[in-house]
Amino acid sequence: MSVAAPIIDRTAFIEFTARPPSALANIRTVTLRELRDAVCSRWFALYTLAFLGLGLAVSSVSAAAAGGVGLAGFGRTTAGLLNLVLLIVPLIALGAGAGAVASDRERGMLPYLLSQPIARWELLLGKYLGLLFAIVACVLLGLGGCAGILAWRGEATSPSGIVGLALLSVALAASMLSVGVLISVFARRASVAVGSSIFAWLVLVFGTDLGLMAGTIAFKLRIETLLLLAIANPLQVFKMWSLSTIDASLDVLGPVGLYAQDTIGDRLPWLFGAILLAWVVVPLAIAMIGFSRRSPV
Amino acid sequence: MIRVADVSMRFGRARALDGVSLEVARGEAVALWGANGAGKTTLIRCVLGLLRYTGCVEVAGLDARAHGKRVRKLIGYVPQEIGFFDDMRVGESIRFFARLKAAPFDDVERELDRVGLAGHGRKRVRELSGGMKQRLALAVALLGDPPVLVLDEVTASLDALGRDGFVHLLERLSGEGRTMLFSSHRVDEVTTLAHRVVTMDLGKIIGMCAGSEFDPSTRRAGRPSPASPAMEHSR
Repeated sequence: MSVAAPIIDRTAFIEFTARPPSALANIRTVTLRELRDAVCSRWFALYTLAFLGLGLAVSSVSAAAAGGVGLAGFGRTTAGLLNLVLLIVPLIALGAGAGAVASDRERGMLPYLLSQPIARWELLLGKYLGLLFAIVACVLLGLGGCAGILAWRGEATSPSGIVGLALLSVALAASMLSVGVLISVFARRASVAVGSSIFAWLVLVFGTDLGLMAGTIAFKLRIETLLLLAIANPLQVFKMWSLSTIDASLDVLGPVGLYAQDTIGDRLPWLFGAILLAWVVVPLAIAMIGFSRRSPV
Repeated sequence: MIRVADVSMRFGRARALDGVSLEVARGEAVALWGANGAGKTTLIRCVLGLLRYTGCVEVAGLDARAHGKRVRKLIGYVPQEIGFFDDMRVGESIRFFARLKAAPFDDVERELDRVGLAGHGRKRVRELSGGMKQRLALAVALLGDPPVLVLDEVTASLDALGRDGFVHLLERLSGEGRTMLFSSHRVDEVTTLAHRVVTMDLGKIIGMCAGSEFDPSTRRAGRPSPASPAMEHSR
């Protein structure tokens, strides 16, 4: 009686050994590594402490100016924190995003990472999420710390107001991080990426405001044009949305705020949400396409 | 196991690879030989799907462009310049890359012991010497026991003792039946490890010979002697 030799299906063997990890597993691996790297780095501790310290200073000054009591005082405090978020969160997010790819490329790490069974979009998305979680932790620690200390000192706090501001700050951070990652993908050197991100921060934070003021005077811009130009900037969208959640009216922004409220009305939060979402998705999508086409070397 | 067919690649105006065709059989060790700029590293990066090229690269019958992740799962790669996360511990690095490779492993120390790094798992990567980093890269490359090893001038930065140990390690791995494609500038490495030597120049394959017949006198010019009967010019 002859014994048949076991038949090994070579294709099936290769299929088995060549089965790569799922996209989700890869994204998770890179996200956790990036998050750990960010949390262990100095920038995370520095920004969190700076955010907390400045937040407390702004809150104290605002509360003192408002007499320290009542929800009107809290509105002033939140407005102070809002301005702080407007300055610091974009700076953190743009800077972190700018270093995401460019520094790995400069260190020679990128080709090595991409020689592993991971798709480029998985690596980029994993990095993005890891950095986003780190920035979210930084913002939540900063704002949460401010709220906690204010409550402990018996000053007015509104949990829903703080949560609203924190959620909008996260949305702002996500959009700015996308822009930072986009810069990082196309920058040849890490220093160029960081320089470009600071330039982008200056333009978004100061340039647009000044540009709008100058444009209004010089070109006598119509109010709808002014509104369109304002909401093209995610920082302005964040500011308008945050103010509308604090005060339920945009009259503090002057004619443009009133015009926005009159013409768009209850759909304003949807419009703001859509614009911030577009600022998250579009730069990240362009970054992914660019990353998949550019040489990692 | 590896099939490269008419692969060309440009860096701007410079042609880095010009119609390169090459086959590496299962279990075969093939050395890429040539001067700096000959196209060895570029060819290796094309096999890994890191660069955009024209032509076709297949590993185990899988197209490297269409099935990049699956192809890279079959390949253990050790680059010329190691880019690890310096702040990570050695053991953490192994775990990180094992997850990326979906490689089943249960013991970091065993993986490190395999390449002579036992006892270094708690060290930070930045604390390792160049030779130890190369060994760590080899440990990472061997995670999941890939059937193909691709090595790019891996001993270039090692001292004589480290080089001997590393070559001995590679010899053992090659003896286990792994397919190897490697580039080197060292004749002793090539003659020890390679079953076949492919000589490249200016992005083209200009000669091939058996590893045992590799003529050391070609070393100086960085190209094979045209007079050598062992050389058969590729198309």
